[in-house]
Amino acid sequence: MIVGQQKPFEEIWGMVKDHKQLTVFGCNTCVAVCQQGGNKEAEILASLLRMRATQEGLDMDIKSGGIERQCEHPFFESAKDLLDRSEAVLSMACGIGVQFIASKYMTTPVYPALNTTFLGDVQTDWHFTEKCQACGDCILGITGGVCPVSRCAKRLFNGPCGGSAKGKCEISKDLDCAWQLVVDRLEALGKLDDYEKLAPIKDWSKDRAGGPRSFKLEDF
Amino acid sequence: MELKTKSKLEKVFKSGQLAVTSECGPPRSSDPEHIIKKGHIIKNHVDAINITDNQTSVTRLCSLASCIHLKLEGMEPVLQMVVRDRNRIALQSDILGAASFGINNMLCLSGDHQSFGDHPKAQNVFDLDSMQLIQTVRHMRDEGKFLGGEEIKVPPNLFVGAAANPFADPFKIRVPRLAKKIAAGAEFIQTQCVYNLEKFELWMKGVVERGLHEKVFIMPGITPMRSVGMAKYMARAVPGMDVPEELIKRLSGVPKEKQAEEGITIAVEAIQRLREVKGVAGFHIMAIEWEDKVPEIVERAGLYPRPKFD
Repeated sequence: MIVGQQKPFEEIWGMVKDHKQLTVFGCNTCVAVCQQGGNKEAEILASLLRMRATQEGLDMDIKSGGIERQCEHPFFESAKDLLDRSEAVLSMACGIGVQFIASKYMTTPVYPALNTTFLGDVQTDWHFTEKCQACGDCILGITGGVCPVSRCAKRLFNGPCGGSAKGKCEISKDLDCAWQLVVDRLEALGKLDDYEKLAPIKDWSKDRAGGPRSFKLEDF
Repeated sequence: MELKTKSKLEKVFKSGQLAVTSECGPPRSSDPEHIIKKGHIIKNHVDAINITDNQTSVTRLCSLASCIHLKLEGMEPVLQMVVRDRNRIALQSDILGAASFGINNMLCLSGDHQSFGDHPKAQNVFDLDSMQLIQTVRHMRDEGKFLGGEEIKVPPNLFVGAAANPFADPFKIRVPRLAKKIAAGAEFIQTQCVYNLEKFELWMKGVVERGLHEKVFIMPGITPMRSVGMAKYMARAVPGMDVPEELIKRLSGVPKEKQAEEGITIAVEAIQRLREVKGVAGFHIMAIEWEDKVPEIVERAGLYPRPKFD
Protein backbone atom coordinates (compact mmCIF):
# COMPACT_ATOMS: atom_id res chain seq x y z
CA MET A 1 0.00 0.00 0.00
CA ILE A 2 1.12 3.55 -0.69
CA VAL A 3 1.37 5.56 2.50
CA GLY A 4 1.20 9.35 2.52
CA GLN A 5 1.10 12.04 5.15
CA GLN A 6 -0.70 15.35 4.92
CA LYS A 7 1.57 18.32 4.46
CA PRO A 8 1.57 20.98 7.19
CA PHE A 9 -1.55 23.13 6.85
CA GLU A 10 0.48 26.32 6.36
CA GLU A 11 2.31 24.80 3.41
CA ILE A 12 -0.99 23.74 1.82
CA TRP A 13 -2.52 27.15 2.43
CA GLY A 14 0.51 28.84 0.88
CA MET A 15 0.02 26.83 -2.32
CA VAL A 16 -3.69 27.43 -2.80
CA LYS A 17 -4.55 30.79 -1.21
CA ASP A 18 -4.46 32.83 -4.43
CA HIS A 19 -7.19 30.83 -6.17
CA LYS A 20 -10.79 32.01 -6.28
CA GLN A 21 -12.03 28.45 -6.68
CA LEU A 22 -10.51 25.21 -5.43
CA THR A 23 -11.54 21.56 -5.36
CA VAL A 24 -10.09 19.41 -2.58
CA PHE A 25 -10.10 15.98 -4.17
CA GLY A 26 -9.81 12.74 -2.19
CA CYS A 27 -8.40 9.42 -3.27
CA ASN A 28 -10.28 6.74 -1.41
CA THR A 29 -7.95 3.73 -1.61
CA CYS A 30 -4.36 3.59 -0.27
CA VAL A 31 -4.11 6.99 1.35
CA ALA A 32 -7.61 6.57 2.83
CA VAL A 33 -6.40 3.56 4.80
CA CYS A 34 -3.80 5.70 6.52
CA GLN A 35 -6.51 8.35 7.04
CA GLN A 36 -4.62 11.09 5.26
CA GLY A 37 -6.07 11.46 1.79
CA GLY A 38 -9.46 9.75 1.55
CA ASN A 39 -12.71 11.46 0.63
CA LYS A 40 -13.48 12.01 4.31
CA GLU A 41 -10.14 13.73 4.88
CA ALA A 42 -10.80 15.85 1.76
CA GLU A 43 -14.02 17.12 3.34
CA ILE A 44 -12.25 17.97 6.60
CA LEU A 45 -9.39 19.76 4.86
CA ALA A 46 -11.84 21.71 2.69
CA SER A 47 -13.61 22.91 5.87
CA LEU A 48 -10.33 23.99 7.43
CA LEU A 49 -9.37 25.88 4.27
CA ARG A 50 -12.80 27.61 4.19
CA MET A 51 -12.31 28.71 7.79
CA ARG A 52 -8.88 30.07 6.98
CA ALA A 53 -10.17 31.92 3.92
CA THR A 54 -12.90 33.50 6.07
CA GLN A 55 -10.33 34.52 8.69
CA GLU A 56 -8.22 36.14 5.98
CA GLY A 57 -11.25 37.88 4.48
CA LEU A 58 -10.80 36.08 1.15
CA ASP A 59 -13.64 35.19 -1.19
CA MET A 60 -12.83 31.59 -2.08
CA ASP A 61 -15.18 28.88 -3.33
CA ILE A 62 -13.83 25.66 -1.88
CA LYS A 63 -15.51 22.38 -2.81
CA SER A 64 -14.61 18.84 -1.86
CA GLY A 65 -15.05 15.56 -3.66
CA GLY A 66 -13.22 12.40 -4.45
CA ILE A 67 -13.04 9.11 -6.27
CA GLU A 68 -11.84 5.60 -5.44
CA ARG A 69 -8.50 5.92 -7.24
CA GLN A 70 -6.79 8.87 -8.90
CA CYS A 71 -4.41 6.66 -10.86
CA GLU A 72 -6.83 5.07 -13.35
CA HIS A 73 -8.97 6.74 -16.03
CA PRO A 74 -12.30 4.93 -15.49
CA PHE A 75 -12.65 6.19 -11.91
CA PHE A 76 -12.67 9.80 -13.11
CA GLU A 77 -16.04 9.45 -14.92
CA SER A 78 -18.06 10.26 -11.81
CA ALA A 79 -16.07 13.41 -11.08
CA LYS A 80 -15.92 14.80 -14.62
CA ASP A 81 -18.24 17.75 -14.03
CA LEU A 82 -16.65 18.71 -10.72
CA LEU A 83 -13.11 18.71 -12.15
CA ASP A 84 -14.13 20.40 -15.42
CA ARG A 85 -15.49 23.32 -13.39
CA SER A 86 -12.49 23.56 -11.04
CA GLU A 87 -10.09 26.48 -11.29
CA ALA A 88 -7.53 24.51 -9.28
CA VAL A 89 -7.36 21.07 -7.65
CA LEU A 90 -5.79 20.14 -4.35
CA SER A 91 -5.24 16.41 -4.74
CA MET A 92 -5.24 14.25 -1.63
CA ALA A 93 -3.70 11.36 -3.56
CA CYS A 94 -0.13 10.14 -3.57
CA GLY A 95 2.23 11.66 -6.13
CA ILE A 96 0.85 9.30 -8.75
CA GLY A 97 -2.67 10.68 -8.48
CA VAL A 98 -1.46 14.29 -8.50
CA GLN A 99 0.42 13.65 -11.75
CA PHE A 100 -2.48 11.74 -13.24
CA ILE A 101 -4.77 14.76 -12.78
CA ALA A 102 -2.07 17.09 -14.09
CA SER A 103 -1.81 15.03 -17.27
CA LYS A 104 -5.61 14.81 -17.73
CA TYR A 105 -6.26 18.52 -17.15
CA MET A 106 -3.46 20.36 -18.92
CA THR A 107 -4.64 23.87 -18.01
CA THR A 108 -5.75 23.21 -14.43
CA PRO A 109 -3.24 23.85 -11.64
CA VAL A 110 -2.99 20.83 -9.33
CA TYR A 111 -1.31 20.80 -5.92
CA PRO A 112 -0.27 17.94 -3.64
CA ALA A 113 -1.91 17.91 -0.21
CA LEU A 114 0.20 14.94 0.84
CA ASN A 115 3.81 13.95 0.96
CA THR A 116 4.00 10.44 -0.46
CA THR A 117 6.10 8.77 2.17
CA PHE A 118 6.54 5.07 1.42
CA LEU A 119 5.24 1.68 0.32
CA GLY A 120 4.27 -0.02 3.50
CA ASP A 121 1.96 -2.16 5.56
CA VAL A 122 -0.62 -1.56 8.27
CA GLN A 123 0.88 -2.69 11.56
CA THR A 124 -2.14 -1.38 13.46
CA ASP A 125 -4.83 1.19 12.64
CA TRP A 126 -2.42 3.97 13.56
CA HIS A 127 0.98 2.53 12.70
CA PHE A 128 2.30 2.12 9.16
CA THR A 129 5.80 0.95 8.28
CA GLU A 130 7.91 0.94 5.14
CA LYS A 131 8.44 -2.45 3.53
CA CYS A 132 9.34 -1.96 -0.14
CA GLN A 133 11.27 0.47 -2.33
CA ALA A 134 10.21 -1.00 -5.68
CA CYS A 135 13.87 -1.63 -6.56
CA GLY A 136 12.79 -3.78 -9.48
CA ASP A 137 14.76 -6.91 -8.60
CA CYS A 138 13.32 -8.61 -5.53
CA ILE A 139 15.71 -10.55 -3.31
CA LEU A 140 13.30 -11.49 -0.52
CA GLY A 141 13.82 -15.14 -1.44
CA ILE A 142 17.40 -15.04 -0.12
CA THR A 143 16.88 -12.76 2.87
CA GLY A 144 14.29 -14.77 4.72
CA GLY A 145 11.44 -12.56 3.54
CA VAL A 146 12.87 -9.37 5.09
CA CYS A 147 13.80 -6.56 2.69
CA PRO A 148 17.18 -4.93 3.39
CA VAL A 149 16.70 -2.38 0.60
CA SER A 150 13.77 -0.73 2.35
CA ARG A 151 14.38 -1.71 5.97
CA CYS A 152 18.15 -1.28 6.43
CA ALA A 153 19.20 2.38 6.69
CA LYS A 154 22.28 1.51 4.61
CA ARG A 155 20.41 -0.95 2.37
CA LEU A 156 23.17 -3.51 2.98
CA PHE A 157 22.95 -6.76 1.07
CA ASN A 158 25.42 -8.41 3.41
CA GLY A 159 24.52 -6.92 6.76
CA PRO A 160 24.29 -6.20 9.58
CA CYS A 161 26.72 -3.33 9.94
CA GLY A 162 28.68 -2.74 13.13
CA GLY A 163 25.97 -0.45 14.44
CA SER A 164 23.38 -3.15 15.11
CA ALA A 165 22.73 -3.25 18.87
CA LYS A 166 20.17 -5.30 20.77
CA GLY A 167 18.15 -5.82 17.63
CA LYS A 168 17.93 -2.12 16.85
CA CYS A 169 19.41 0.09 14.14
CA GLU A 170 22.22 2.55 14.89
CA ILE A 171 20.10 5.47 13.68
CA SER A 172 17.19 4.90 16.09
CA LYS A 173 16.36 2.75 19.06
CA ASP A 174 12.79 2.61 17.73
CA LEU A 175 13.87 1.00 14.48
CA ASP A 176 14.43 -2.74 14.15
CA CYS A 177 17.74 -3.76 12.60
CA ALA A 178 16.63 -5.40 9.35
CA TRP A 179 19.57 -7.79 9.45
CA GLN A 180 18.72 -8.94 12.95
CA LEU A 181 15.30 -9.82 11.51
CA VAL A 182 16.93 -11.58 8.54
CA VAL A 183 19.13 -13.62 10.86
CA ASP A 184 16.19 -14.47 13.15
CA ARG A 185 14.13 -15.61 10.17
CA LEU A 186 16.94 -17.67 8.63
CA GLU A 187 17.43 -19.33 12.00
CA ALA A 188 13.69 -20.05 12.36
CA LEU A 189 13.73 -21.57 8.88
CA GLY A 190 16.75 -23.71 9.79
CA LYS A 191 18.78 -21.90 7.13
CA LEU A 192 21.27 -19.90 9.21
CA ASP A 193 24.11 -21.35 7.12
CA ASP A 194 22.74 -19.35 4.19
CA TYR A 195 23.86 -16.22 6.02
CA GLU A 196 27.39 -16.87 4.79
CA LYS A 197 26.41 -16.79 1.11
CA LEU A 198 27.61 -13.52 -0.39
CA ALA A 199 24.75 -11.58 -1.94
CA PRO A 200 25.49 -10.69 -5.56
CA ILE A 201 26.24 -7.08 -6.45
CA LYS A 202 22.93 -5.37 -7.13
CA ASP A 203 21.75 -4.41 -10.61
CA TRP A 204 20.45 -0.93 -9.86
CA SER A 205 19.49 -0.36 -13.49
CA LYS A 206 16.15 -1.94 -12.62
CA ASP A 207 15.72 0.62 -9.85
CA ARG A 208 14.92 4.33 -10.16
CA ALA A 209 18.59 4.72 -11.12
CA GLY A 210 17.90 3.21 -14.53
CA GLY A 211 15.40 5.93 -15.38
CA PRO A 212 11.59 5.96 -15.16
CA ARG A 213 10.18 2.45 -15.48
CA SER A 214 7.14 1.09 -17.28
CA PHE A 215 5.88 -2.16 -18.64
CA LYS A 216 3.27 -3.20 -21.19
CA LEU A 217 1.13 -6.30 -21.32
CA GLU A 218 2.13 -7.88 -24.58
CA ASP A 219 -1.24 -9.58 -25.21
CA PHE A 220 -3.04 -6.26 -25.41
CA MET B 1 57.48 -15.20 2.01
CA GLU B 2 54.97 -14.80 -0.75
CA LEU B 3 53.83 -11.21 -1.11
CA LYS B 4 50.91 -10.15 -3.24
CA THR B 5 51.49 -6.41 -3.01
CA LYS B 6 54.15 -3.86 -2.15
CA SER B 7 52.45 -3.17 1.16
CA LYS B 8 54.74 -2.82 4.14
CA LEU B 9 51.88 -3.97 6.34
CA GLU B 10 51.62 -7.21 4.37
CA LYS B 11 55.38 -7.70 4.79
CA VAL B 12 55.21 -7.28 8.56
CA PHE B 13 52.34 -9.76 8.86
CA LYS B 14 53.96 -12.31 6.60
CA SER B 15 57.30 -12.03 8.41
CA GLY B 16 55.43 -13.37 11.44
CA GLN B 17 55.71 -10.23 13.54
CA LEU B 18 52.92 -8.36 15.27
CA ALA B 19 51.94 -5.41 13.09
CA VAL B 20 51.00 -1.98 14.41
CA THR B 21 48.79 0.53 12.66
CA SER B 22 47.28 3.75 13.82
CA GLU B 23 44.98 6.28 12.29
CA CYS B 24 44.65 9.97 11.64
CA GLY B 25 41.54 11.93 10.90
CA PRO B 26 41.89 14.62 8.21
CA PRO B 27 41.07 18.24 9.05
CA ARG B 28 37.88 20.09 8.22
CA SER B 29 39.85 22.46 6.04
CA SER B 30 41.92 22.56 2.88
CA ASP B 31 45.15 22.95 4.83
CA PRO B 32 47.04 19.62 4.84
CA GLU B 33 49.64 20.62 7.45
CA HIS B 34 47.59 19.21 10.30
CA ILE B 35 47.42 15.67 8.93
CA ILE B 36 51.06 15.69 7.81
CA LYS B 37 52.10 16.73 11.29
CA LYS B 38 50.04 13.95 12.86
CA GLY B 39 51.64 11.45 10.49
CA HIS B 40 55.15 12.52 11.46
CA ILE B 41 54.34 12.14 15.17
CA ILE B 42 53.50 8.45 14.79
CA LYS B 43 55.35 7.27 11.68
CA ASN B 44 58.31 5.65 13.46
CA HIS B 45 56.10 3.71 15.85
CA VAL B 46 53.65 2.16 13.37
CA ASP B 47 53.86 0.15 10.16
CA ALA B 48 51.04 1.94 8.41
CA ILE B 49 48.67 4.83 9.04
CA ASN B 50 44.93 4.66 8.33
CA ILE B 51 43.34 7.81 7.03
CA THR B 52 39.67 7.98 7.87
CA ASP B 53 37.05 8.72 5.23
CA ASN B 54 34.68 11.42 6.47
CA GLN B 55 34.32 9.57 9.75
CA THR B 56 31.05 9.93 11.63
CA SER B 57 29.72 11.42 8.39
CA VAL B 58 31.37 14.76 9.05
CA THR B 59 32.78 16.37 5.91
CA ARG B 60 36.57 16.58 5.91
CA LEU B 61 39.56 16.78 3.61
CA CYS B 62 39.25 13.57 1.59
CA SER B 63 40.97 10.37 2.58
CA LEU B 64 42.63 9.89 -0.79
CA ALA B 65 44.24 13.35 -0.85
CA SER B 66 45.37 12.92 2.76
CA CYS B 67 46.92 9.55 1.90
CA ILE B 68 48.80 11.18 -0.96
CA HIS B 69 50.14 13.87 1.38
CA LEU B 70 51.48 11.17 3.74
CA LYS B 71 52.83 9.06 0.89
CA LEU B 72 54.75 12.06 -0.45
CA GLU B 73 56.33 12.35 3.01
CA GLY B 74 57.51 8.75 2.79
CA MET B 75 54.84 7.21 5.04
CA GLU B 76 52.72 4.10 4.43
CA PRO B 77 49.03 5.07 4.37
CA VAL B 78 45.95 2.85 4.54
CA LEU B 79 43.19 4.37 2.46
CA GLN B 80 39.87 4.01 4.25
CA MET B 81 36.92 3.97 1.88
CA VAL B 82 33.27 4.02 2.85
CA VAL B 83 30.52 3.01 0.46
CA ARG B 84 28.12 5.61 1.86
CA ASP B 85 29.16 8.46 -0.41
CA ARG B 86 30.28 6.96 -3.71
CA ASN B 87 28.88 4.57 -6.30
CA ARG B 88 30.87 1.81 -8.01
CA ILE B 89 32.11 4.21 -10.69
CA ALA B 90 33.60 6.62 -8.15
CA LEU B 91 34.91 3.86 -5.87
CA GLN B 92 36.78 2.11 -8.67
CA SER B 93 38.04 5.44 -9.94
CA ASP B 94 39.43 6.33 -6.50
CA ILE B 95 41.04 2.89 -6.20
CA LEU B 96 42.89 3.50 -9.46
CA GLY B 97 43.81 6.99 -8.25
CA ALA B 98 45.20 5.63 -5.00
CA ALA B 99 47.21 2.95 -6.78
CA SER B 100 48.59 5.56 -9.18
CA PHE B 101 50.20 7.29 -6.19
CA GLY B 102 51.65 4.04 -4.86
CA ILE B 103 49.18 3.69 -2.02
CA ASN B 104 49.40 0.04 -1.06
CA ASN B 105 46.62 -0.55 1.44
CA MET B 106 42.95 0.05 1.73
CA LEU B 107 40.25 -0.63 4.28
CA CYS B 108 36.72 -1.30 3.03
CA LEU B 109 33.92 0.09 5.21
CA SER B 110 30.20 0.82 5.14
CA GLY B 111 30.49 4.19 6.87
CA ASP B 112 28.40 5.63 9.67
CA HIS B 113 24.93 6.69 8.67
CA GLN B 114 24.83 10.32 7.52
CA SER B 115 22.33 11.19 10.26
CA PHE B 116 25.28 11.23 12.71
CA GLY B 117 27.19 13.88 10.79
CA ASP B 118 27.04 17.49 9.77
CA HIS B 119 24.90 16.88 6.67
CA PRO B 120 21.99 14.78 7.90
CA LYS B 121 19.92 15.88 4.89
CA ALA B 122 22.35 14.24 2.45
CA GLN B 123 21.42 11.35 0.19
CA ASN B 124 23.34 8.16 0.89
CA VAL B 125 24.61 5.97 -1.92
CA PHE B 126 25.27 2.39 -0.78
CA ASP B 127 25.49 1.17 -4.36
CA LEU B 128 27.75 -1.57 -3.00
CA ASP B 129 28.11 -2.67 0.60
CA SER B 130 31.45 -3.04 2.39
CA MET B 131 31.55 -6.77 1.60
CA GLN B 132 31.09 -6.04 -2.09
CA LEU B 133 33.73 -3.30 -1.99
CA ILE B 134 36.20 -5.93 -0.79
CA GLN B 135 35.14 -8.15 -3.70
CA THR B 136 35.48 -5.23 -6.08
CA VAL B 137 39.03 -4.27 -5.17
CA ARG B 138 40.16 -7.90 -5.16
CA HIS B 139 38.50 -8.39 -8.55
CA MET B 140 40.31 -5.34 -9.89
CA ARG B 141 43.64 -6.49 -8.48
CA ASP B 142 43.50 -10.24 -9.11
CA GLU B 143 41.39 -10.47 -12.27
CA GLY B 144 42.61 -7.18 -13.68
CA LYS B 145 39.05 -6.20 -14.52
CA PHE B 146 36.47 -3.60 -13.64
CA LEU B 147 33.15 -4.74 -12.20
CA GLY B 148 31.69 -3.97 -15.60
CA GLY B 149 33.95 -6.63 -17.11
CA GLU B 150 36.40 -4.44 -19.03
CA GLU B 151 40.10 -5.12 -18.65
CA ILE B 152 42.32 -2.81 -16.57
CA LYS B 153 45.64 -2.40 -18.38
CA VAL B 154 47.59 -1.77 -15.19
CA PRO B 155 45.53 -3.16 -12.29
CA PRO B 156 45.71 -1.54 -8.85
CA ASN B 157 47.88 -3.48 -6.45
CA LEU B 158 46.39 -2.97 -3.02
CA PHE B 159 46.50 -5.00 0.19
CA VAL B 160 42.86 -5.27 1.23
CA GLY B 161 41.47 -4.88 4.72
CA ALA B 162 38.08 -4.79 6.34
CA ALA B 163 36.61 -3.95 9.69
CA ALA B 164 34.95 -6.27 12.16
CA ASN B 165 32.93 -5.46 15.21
CA PRO B 166 32.87 -8.43 17.59
CA PHE B 167 30.58 -6.45 19.89
CA ALA B 168 27.72 -5.72 17.51
CA ASP B 169 24.59 -7.83 17.51
CA PRO B 170 23.56 -10.48 16.80
CA PHE B 171 26.68 -12.05 18.34
CA LYS B 172 25.98 -15.47 16.85
CA ILE B 173 26.76 -14.25 13.33
CA ARG B 174 29.90 -12.30 14.25
CA VAL B 175 32.24 -15.18 13.43
CA PRO B 176 30.27 -16.18 10.29
CA ARG B 177 30.36 -12.53 9.26
CA LEU B 178 34.15 -12.56 9.49
CA ALA B 179 34.18 -15.74 7.40
CA LYS B 180 32.05 -13.93 4.86
CA LYS B 181 34.49 -11.01 4.69
CA ILE B 182 37.36 -13.44 4.20
CA ALA B 183 35.41 -15.18 1.42
CA ALA B 184 34.89 -11.76 -0.15
CA GLY B 185 38.67 -11.26 -0.13
CA ALA B 186 39.68 -9.46 3.06
CA GLU B 187 43.37 -10.02 3.89
CA PHE B 188 43.55 -8.11 7.16
CA ILE B 189 40.99 -7.06 9.74
CA GLN B 190 40.97 -4.07 12.04
CA THR B 191 38.37 -4.40 14.75
CA GLN B 192 36.17 -1.97 16.59
CA CYS B 193 37.79 -0.61 19.79
CA VAL B 194 38.19 -3.47 22.24
CA TYR B 195 37.29 -2.68 25.86
CA ASN B 196 35.39 -5.84 26.71
CA LEU B 197 38.40 -8.18 26.57
CA GLU B 198 36.43 -11.29 27.61
CA LYS B 199 33.95 -10.85 24.79
CA PHE B 200 36.74 -10.24 22.29
CA GLU B 201 38.49 -13.41 23.47
CA LEU B 202 35.24 -15.34 23.13
CA TRP B 203 34.92 -14.09 19.55
CA MET B 204 38.54 -15.00 18.81
CA LYS B 205 37.93 -18.48 20.19
CA GLY B 206 35.19 -18.92 17.59
CA VAL B 207 37.48 -17.46 14.93
CA VAL B 208 40.30 -19.89 15.78
CA GLU B 209 37.92 -22.87 15.99
CA ARG B 210 37.04 -22.28 12.38
CA GLY B 211 40.67 -21.70 11.40
CA LEU B 212 39.85 -18.21 10.18
CA HIS B 213 42.93 -16.75 11.89
CA GLU B 214 45.01 -18.65 9.34
CA LYS B 215 43.26 -16.91 6.48
CA VAL B 216 43.31 -13.31 7.65
CA PHE B 217 45.45 -11.09 9.88
CA ILE B 218 43.40 -9.80 12.79
CA MET B 219 44.24 -6.55 14.57
CA PRO B 220 42.18 -5.65 17.63
CA GLY B 221 41.40 -1.94 17.81
CA ILE B 222 42.80 -0.11 20.81
CA THR B 223 41.58 3.35 21.78
CA PRO B 224 42.83 4.89 25.02
CA MET B 225 40.24 6.71 27.12
CA ARG B 226 41.21 10.29 27.94
CA SER B 227 38.73 10.63 30.76
CA VAL B 228 35.79 9.00 32.46
CA GLY B 229 33.61 11.41 30.49
CA MET B 230 34.87 9.96 27.22
CA ALA B 231 34.26 6.43 28.48
CA LYS B 232 30.70 7.28 29.43
CA TYR B 233 30.11 9.03 26.12
CA MET B 234 31.44 6.06 24.15
CA ALA B 235 29.29 3.68 26.16
CA ARG B 236 26.21 5.80 25.61
CA ALA B 237 26.45 7.41 22.20
CA VAL B 238 28.87 5.63 19.88
CA PRO B 239 27.23 2.93 17.73
CA GLY B 240 28.58 -0.58 18.20
CA MET B 241 30.72 0.18 21.25
CA ASP B 242 30.95 -2.14 24.28
CA VAL B 243 32.43 -0.32 27.28
CA PRO B 244 32.19 -2.44 30.44
CA GLU B 245 31.03 -0.83 33.66
CA GLU B 246 34.27 -1.92 35.42
CA LEU B 247 36.32 0.23 33.06
CA ILE B 248 34.19 3.28 33.82
CA LYS B 249 34.53 2.51 37.56
CA ARG B 250 38.31 2.17 37.27
CA LEU B 251 38.61 5.57 35.58
CA SER B 252 36.17 7.14 38.06
CA GLY B 253 38.38 5.94 40.90
CA VAL B 254 41.29 8.06 39.67
CA PRO B 255 41.58 11.85 40.17
CA LYS B 256 40.60 13.80 37.08
CA GLU B 257 44.14 14.92 36.23
CA LYS B 258 45.36 11.31 36.35
CA GLN B 259 42.56 9.81 34.23
CA ALA B 260 44.34 10.26 30.90
CA GLU B 261 47.41 8.45 32.24
CA GLU B 262 45.18 5.67 33.57
CA GLY B 263 43.51 5.46 30.16
CA ILE B 264 46.92 4.90 28.54
CA THR B 265 47.77 2.24 31.12
CA ILE B 266 44.48 0.44 30.44
CA ALA B 267 45.27 0.47 26.71
CA VAL B 268 48.78 -0.89 27.31
CA GLU B 269 47.42 -3.64 29.56
CA ALA B 270 44.86 -4.57 26.91
CA ILE B 271 47.60 -4.94 24.29
CA GLN B 272 49.74 -7.01 26.66
CA ARG B 273 46.85 -9.35 27.35
CA LEU B 274 45.55 -9.61 23.79
CA ARG B 275 48.95 -10.21 22.18
CA GLU B 276 48.87 -13.60 23.89
CA VAL B 277 45.52 -14.49 22.32
CA LYS B 278 45.83 -17.02 19.53
CA GLY B 279 45.10 -15.47 16.15
CA VAL B 280 45.93 -11.87 17.08
CA ALA B 281 48.31 -10.60 14.40
CA GLY B 282 48.80 -7.00 15.47
CA PHE B 283 47.14 -3.92 16.89
CA HIS B 284 45.30 -0.99 15.43
CA ILE B 285 45.77 1.93 17.80
CA MET B 286 43.19 4.64 17.34
CA ALA B 287 44.11 7.50 19.65
CA ILE B 288 41.38 9.89 18.62
CA GLU B 289 42.83 13.42 18.37
CA TRP B 290 45.53 12.16 20.73
CA GLU B 291 48.09 10.92 18.22
CA ASP B 292 51.04 12.15 20.31
CA LYS B 293 50.31 9.34 22.79
CA VAL B 294 50.68 6.57 20.18
CA PRO B 295 54.50 6.32 20.50
CA GLU B 296 54.20 5.95 24.28
CA ILE B 297 51.55 3.22 24.00
CA VAL B 298 53.57 1.32 21.40
CA GLU B 299 56.74 1.54 23.50
CA ARG B 300 55.12 0.63 26.80
CA ALA B 301 53.34 -2.32 25.16
CA GLY B 302 56.72 -3.67 23.98
CA LEU B 303 55.95 -3.20 20.29
CA TYR B 304 58.87 -0.89 19.60
CA PRO B 305 61.06 -0.75 17.52
CA ARG B 306 59.08 -1.52 14.40
CA PRO B 307 60.51 -3.92 11.82
CA LYS B 308 62.53 -2.47 8.97
CA PHE B 309 62.78 -3.94 5.48
CA ASP B 310 65.23 -3.07 2.72
